[in-house]
Amino acid sequence: MELQAVLMAAGGGSRMTDLTYNTPKPMLPVGNKPLMWYPLNLLERVGFEEVIVITTREVHKMMSTDPKTKLDIKMKLDVVCIQEDGDMGTADALRHIHQKVKTDILVVSCDLITDVALHEVVDLFRAHNATVAMLMSKAHEFTETVNVPQRDFVGVDQSGKRLLFMANEADLEDGLIVRRSIIRKHPRMHIKTGLVDAHLYCLKKAVVDFLAENKSISSIRGELVPFLVRKQFSKMTSGQKRMDDTETVDQKNDGLTNDDLFFPSRDEALLQLAQERSCWNDHRGDMSEAYHGGKLRCYVHIMDQGLCYRVNTLSAYIEANRMAPKFIEEPAVHPSAVISERFQMGSDSMIGAGCHVADKTSIKRSTIGISTTVKEKVKVTNSIIMHGVTIEEGCNIQGSVICSNAVIGRGADLKYCLVGNGQRIEPEGDTYSNTKKSILLEVSVTFGLV
Amino acid sequence: MADSGVSGGADKKDNIEREKIEGKELTKEEKQRLRKEKKQQKKGKEKKDASLPQVSVAETAAPASQLKAERRARQEAERTSKQSKKGDTGQPATTSKPKIPPNELQPVVKRLPEHIQVDDPDVLKKLAKKLERQQIPRRLDYGYKVSLFSHLLQYSRKAPLTQQLSIPSAVIHPAIVRLGLQYSQGIVAGSNARSIALLHAFKQVISDYTTPSNEELSRDLVNKLKPYISFLNQCRPLSASMGNAIKYIKKEISNIPSQFKEDDAKKKLLNCIECFIEEKIVLAAKAIAKSSIEKINDGDVILVYGCSSLVNHILCEAFEKGRKFRVIVVDSRPRLEGREALRRLVQKGISCTYVLISAVSYILPEVSKVFLGAHALLANGYVMSRVGTSQIALVAKAFNVPVLVCCETYKFCERVQTDSFVSNELDDPDDLIVTRKGETQLKDWQQVPRLGLLNLVYDVTPPDFVDLVITDLGMIPCTSVPVVLRVKNVDLL
Repeated sequence: MELQAVLMAAGGGSRMTDLTYNTPKPMLPVGNKPLMWYPLNLLERVGFEEVIVITTREVHKMMSTDPKTKLDIKMKLDVVCIQEDGDMGTADALRHIHQKVKTDILVVSCDLITDVALHEVVDLFRAHNATVAMLMSKAHEFTETVNVPQRDFVGVDQSGKRLLFMANEADLEDGLIVRRSIIRKHPRMHIKTGLVDAHLYCLKKAVVDFLAENKSISSIRGELVPFLVRKQFSKMTSGQKRMDDTETVDQKNDGLTNDDLFFPSRDEALLQLAQERSCWNDHRGDMSEAYHGGKLRCYVHIMDQGLCYRVNTLSAYIEANRMAPKFIEEPAVHPSAVISERFQMGSDSMIGAGCHVADKTSIKRSTIGISTTVKEKVKVTNSIIMHGVTIEEGCNIQGSVICSNAVIGRGADLKYCLVGNGQRIEPEGDTYSNTKKSILLEVSVTFGLV
Repeated sequence: MADSGVSGGADKKDNIEREKIEGKELTKEEKQRLRKEKKQQKKGKEKKDASLPQVSVAETAAPASQLKAERRARQEAERTSKQSKKGDTGQPATTSKPKIPPNELQPVVKRLPEHIQVDDPDVLKKLAKKLERQQIPRRLDYGYKVSLFSHLLQYSRKAPLTQQLSIPSAVIHPAIVRLGLQYSQGIVAGSNARSIALLHAFKQVISDYTTPSNEELSRDLVNKLKPYISFLNQCRPLSASMGNAIKYIKKEISNIPSQFKEDDAKKKLLNCIECFIEEKIVLAAKAIAKSSIEKINDGDVILVYGCSSLVNHILCEAFEKGRKFRVIVVDSRPRLEGREALRRLVQKGISCTYVLISAVSYILPEVSKVFLGAHALLANGYVMSRVGTSQIALVAKAFNVPVLVCCETYKFCERVQTDSFVSNELDDPDDLIVTRKGETQLKDWQQVPRLGLLNLVYDVTPPDFVDLVITDLGMIPCTSVPVVLRVKNVDLL
């Protein structure tokens, strides 16, 4: 077998707590399908037959019992439940399933919605015998502005495929330090900041074995990948003194050598023989052989076209909902929904199963969840209505997110609000509106999240 | 012949009976042998029956109708006539082709390979059917092809075959997928490198192989390898050296005696592959280097073209042995492989000059010898090598500079070709597009009518331009290649 897929669905959704208060993140409805469905669909389309899903017991229960969140996936899902306490990072989760990993793995996060041609990432992994190959995408306008001090600096070589440098602004205290060994080997490096890390990694089995032994690494994205990227350019043996770097970040990892990560494939001598006789080199201008003789290689595929969203913030969630109809081949209006005749629906909207939509309603660029009831004369624009919501007559909902089982009373007027789970909005209520275009957390507090 | 088979079968049957009596379990091979004997006996009986049609009719007429019996008798007669024609030794018809004894002159109709008949729709249909059967996706042609070469395949590097494969590749072994990708992207290039990489991948395939029940390793493994070879062919057309290596492996696999246990058989095969690489590639290179060093004198100016692993090896060895010479590396677009040759030679300390092929006639008066590598040596003495080699040989001949071609014997090929059009390889035409000073002139070449980009990979040099061929069997003139081939074939048999 070539690759095993691992889906990380135990994340808490720490940046969108209002939404995930009642529903765990992997089960949030996006386009009337649970968020987990999208990466699983991607894997299924590409040809995977089984996936190891790492999730919490709650999500597992919801997956198997709740009809609203059933998954329609034909692959075999091997669910591994872990504790919900949130101390377990993604690398810890990999360590947990170390016994199940028999070959190289493809790690996907449950909040990834993308239509990437997966073979582009995997081809890099295969052709160059890479240790890690990952996917990144150019960020879109809706994402939080770049002034947030969590910028990622990603350095790639001239071809745009080899990953030379990766660091988060939070880890760089004095400024961006680039080691001389990198510059000596790759004199031209492009550093990019506006990239979204899709959290899709192809890792060699040797890396998982390495993780099993080194318990200090707990997050793939935050620690493992930057570590591997740095290790590409360190000296081969630990005995030699490293003369040219002043980094203090990886002091604790100094003891580890490249040899730990480099497990020779079978017949390494033969591969070496083939490489020596091949007239190919990945760079030119200096005297070194292909890949500078380095055995550890990290590659990245940067998507510039196509959709790639990571649904870990509220604005990402809203944007993903808007884009969801493009992914799903089902018709926008579910056949089991009861729709009246005098009813306006825009082309970007989606209506879930078992809905009741009454007369004279207008639904534009919105998603209506499963089993929702929308009464007469309701105007819903640019909103996300989750499952089991009741919207009484005459409401006007704009730019809002209404969570499951909420009830919006008659004549309510909501603009850019977030209504929590199971809440009730009083009928003929005051115009609850949020003058700023973004949804503030304080507003949801007034609606009384229990 | 069927009788002898029957008698031989009878002996084996006795053995099996004895073993049965002794209480031992019949092994898989013995069961198959039993099955074979039964089939042979049945055929022998049928043959006897065919000669006495009335008897067979009488035997079979009892339960069935007259027409059925007559039809059966007719079929048996046809079958026996076919058997005698083919010279069948009584084996069941699971082997693909009957063995043609070498001394029998039979009119052999050589089939043209499919990859040089791309403009014939019937051939394409057949190829598509074959690929569908093997579950291998077909790579599509790309771009406008120059009319003289429209019978060849032209692929784009941006559309790899893996686009159409499922990602954890189930049909094709992952080592082969990786190899195919490396071929199509040019990461493994050069005929020696490609052959070694191919054998390395086959070693992994063989190690991971398990014989399914009711199958014999010698037959099933060959059938398993066929789709892999088709896949590699789709990624990049196979080279002559690779073809010879595959032939060798297939022969080794088919010759595995059926008594071997699976582990022993696998070990033997892996050993064979290692021997092949060691003898035909590594040791051959050493032998060729030894012979060539005699031809390199102090003060020589040697011209090389492109990046040939063998020629680089020779020059490095000669330099280590202390010969004083300098090298002129000639390079050509779009591959610009000479840069890699230049790097390797300069790294050793050899003083080099670098020119493009357009300057060859300018630089030739300085040159004392030309060393060329070869992709394959054809049966009529022609040398098939990177495009541009024949040009260099021609100009060198005009300047009376000796041309020496270095080639291992495993690259000798039985094909005959006198021009570079009939069988060649078309590389990605987009490689010819280059950006200079921010401008890409050929960016929209597909929109320009009647403009075709041609990126040939190989060309063929006639033997009149080649003075000597240095092989691991010694230094031979170009016209002795068919002799070597004949000697090799006799050895193999």
